[in-house]
Amino acid sequence: MVMKAFAVTSVVSFVTYLLLTTGSGDLWMWSASEIIFGIILALIVGFIARKIFIKNSYRMLNPIRWFRGLVYLIGPFFIAMAKANLDVAYRVITGKIRPGIVKISPGLKTDLGITMLANSITLTPGTLSVDINNETNDLYIHWINVKDEALKKKPRDPSYVCNGFPKWIRRIAE
Amino acid sequence: MVVTIIIYTMLAIGIFFNLLGSIGLLRFPDVYTRLHAGTKCTTFGSMFLTGAVIVYGLKEWYLHPVAGSSIMPLHVFIALIAILVTNPTGAHAIARAAHKSGVLPVNAVVDDLKEDTTKEKTKKAKEAKK
Repeated sequence: MVMKAFAVTSVVSFVTYLLLTTGSGDLWMWSASEIIFGIILALIVGFIARKIFIKNSYRMLNPIRWFRGLVYLIGPFFIAMAKANLDVAYRVITGKIRPGIVKISPGLKTDLGITMLANSITLTPGTLSVDINNETNDLYIHWINVKDEALKKKPRDPSYVCNGFPKWIRRIAE
Repeated sequence: MVVTIIIYTMLAIGIFFNLLGSIGLLRFPDVYTRLHAGTKCTTFGSMFLTGAVIVYGLKEWYLHPVAGSSIMPLHVFIALIAILVTNPTGAHAIARAAHKSGVLPVNAVVDDLKEDTTKEKTKKAKEAKK
């Protein structure tokens, strides 16, 4: 088990090193010295970081998850981000804001999932994740234009803040 | 020719959104709304700026395929991923630190976080009394 974590971390860091040193020589694209040094560094990094990089689950090794992640990034995420920027542009020019901090419970369990959701929320329309409750994984979100419908019920409806993102992230990271 | 037009369009879009982000920093009233302008607009603008560099690098790689011409697009792509991950994380860290040190949003309609933290504090104070 420890060996597998070590191997996965080393391979990932070695691939990253290769990406950073492309075009250094004529062994297809790398020079021999870069490859040897990369292997040494990857082994050291794998030894140090194996417990931080992998937390008792190898579900992210599944390539389908990576493919879904890519589709998510190019499709709904990019569209939401473009909308977010037009929205902020509108608010920059007109100065119409109605800010507030709301609490939502997206119902994600893993650290990676909640991190992805928080980052997605920060980059999409009018919302910015401020704080997180570590026990219940509730997110506190600063919302630049609070809607009245969302304030009526006390456990706020997450669909106002993050349209369908939790579903995507559950399929990618959980 | 078409590639040059694409590069210039992407540069223009990127600069436009980065400019909007700067104007937002000046116009918005408090730290949270300023972070909105500072993260979204700069990330989106930088995506287009890096995209322009990637397109330029790929064109150079296609025209002069010598060793070393692949460096630019790949490195810029890695830089783009780094921006996408670190920019919202940094904004989140600043917002959290601001709220913890008592900077409240100006003209806030609702503040669930403040309610919850005061609840916890009163709870702890009651327990300490017992």
